[in-house]
Amino acid sequence: MSISLEEVRHVAKLARLELSEQEMVALQSELNALLGLFSEIESLDFDGVEGQSHAVSLQNVWAEDIPGEPLDRAAALQNSALSRAGLFVVPTIIED
Amino acid sequence: MPVDRTATELVRDVQSGRLAPSEVVRAYAERVDRFGERLGAFLWFDAEAALAEARRVEERLAAGESLPLAGLPVAIKDNISTRGIPTTCASKILEGYVPPFDATVVERLRRAGAVVFGKTNLDEFAMGGSNETSAFGPVRNPWDLERSPGGSSGGSAAAVAARLAPAALGSDTGGSIRMPAALCGIVGFKPTYGRCSRFGLVAFGSSLDQIGPMARTVEDAALVAEAITGHDPKDGTSVACGPVRADLSEGTLKGKRLAYSKELTGDALHPAVARTFEQALEVLRAEGAELAEVSLPSVRLAVSTYYILAPAEASSNLARFDGVRFGPRAEGPGHVETVARTRGRLFGHEVKTRIVIGTYVLSAGYYEAYYAKAQQARTLLRREFLEVLDRFDAIVSPTAPVTAFRLGEMSADPVALKMLDLCTIPANMGGFCAVSIPCGLAEGLPVGLQLLGAPMRDEALLGTAHAAERALPSIGAPPLN
Repeated sequence: MSISLEEVRHVAKLARLELSEQEMVALQSELNALLGLFSEIESLDFDGVEGQSHAVSLQNVWAEDIPGEPLDRAAALQNSALSRAGLFVVPTIIED
Repeated sequence: MPVDRTATELVRDVQSGRLAPSEVVRAYAERVDRFGERLGAFLWFDAEAALAEARRVEERLAAGESLPLAGLPVAIKDNISTRGIPTTCASKILEGYVPPFDATVVERLRRAGAVVFGKTNLDEFAMGGSNETSAFGPVRNPWDLERSPGGSSGGSAAAVAARLAPAALGSDTGGSIRMPAALCGIVGFKPTYGRCSRFGLVAFGSSLDQIGPMARTVEDAALVAEAITGHDPKDGTSVACGPVRADLSEGTLKGKRLAYSKELTGDALHPAVARTFEQALEVLRAEGAELAEVSLPSVRLAVSTYYILAPAEASSNLARFDGVRFGPRAEGPGHVETVARTRGRLFGHEVKTRIVIGTYVLSAGYYEAYYAKAQQARTLLRREFLEVLDRFDAIVSPTAPVTAFRLGEMSADPVALKMLDLCTIPANMGGFCAVSIPCGLAEGLPVGLQLLGAPMRDEALLGTAHAAERALPSIGAPPLN
């Protein structure tokens, strides 16, 4: 399989990455090199083998519902590029 | 000189009162002052802060506290959260970020009396094998400043090898502790998945990531491992089990069954590395180890499986970097544009490549062809290794098929650089424990020997590695002045 420039554009949009045309062309050739590496896996038939998303098979891990010390609001906001009145500030998402 | 002593010796001397933590910190800070910039090993270093921490350790010792890492300076890879100390992941998207909390491993180091000794350089978000993807410049290998220390924990590896710190923490998703440890001639240990808390490690591939120690000897690595491992309720994938307490007193290879495999030496094996590896096997055999060849056919799928699964996980994990809660922001006309512009401008090329490939293999129409199949290949790989580990104490291989390469040498061929992870990736895929130890020099550069053990058999693996280390020739310190 190989990836077209149009597909790179689409995937970059899905991944929320604003890229220049030049970057997209560079990415396209690198992605195609990687897809070449993947061709063997793509062609194999693993019928009957169960896929594994994790090395350790864990069941749901439960914890007692004990209130802990929360991160204080000022500490949570201290790293934001823009905050006001104890809130993160972002561009308007819903117009009225 | 404190810098000539191993971490174990330093701690012993501090505990017995022969050496003060502040003396240790001063001696190492002097080394950082002399070589730190030239090596590019640190992204943040504050000698005064380290000294202040050392003094607090002195007070705790004077108050009679028993501290297993008393006064030990430990450098921390800069993708591990440190309260009040910048944590950048070597990325512009986290420039200026100061975590309001400590990672569990850092909290445990502090509790054990260690001194947080600077934050070390890495490939951006730990994505790379040469340390050249760092947004803040590459790290140089102390054995040859024109060469790469390997990656992604290259800063930690270079700092320990150059005696800028007696020990360091790294993180390992596909070999990022072991590969640079091999290229810099030190010991790097990746615990079994789940034995070391990932709380506070900036996530890359959550099903693969593990934090682990990097040090000059197996004993030193085991000392740090014992302090940082063990169950942590803050990490849902942490195994309910105590810390890794290795018993290194046995020290013999007699009767140890070691497997080696053609598939793990690969086609790319450098002839000088092959020779050093074969000589190392001879030494281990002479010490009483029983060696046998095994076949691990699925290893040929390891690199491609990894470069499907790890980027898929990364594309999801790195979605949190949106310029809202941390890091700088590049404003756009609306929210979505602001997020996309921030990410597009502040992530480096390698990170963007991996996010795009990860998003692609997870997207409709390609999920079955790539992601689902890679998960099946992961099952096969794990099964094959488990069958061998049922009959053997460890699987041995070179850690990397090459010695340290020149900076810039691999940048023209990103796929060739990825192929260097062949020997290290299987341990992450299967959740196994693995350690790299120096096994000799080839053309003046260190060669690493990897020992890979069954899940939860970390203690036994370190015992075997310790015995192997004693039998193998010492490579000494890099010629740095």
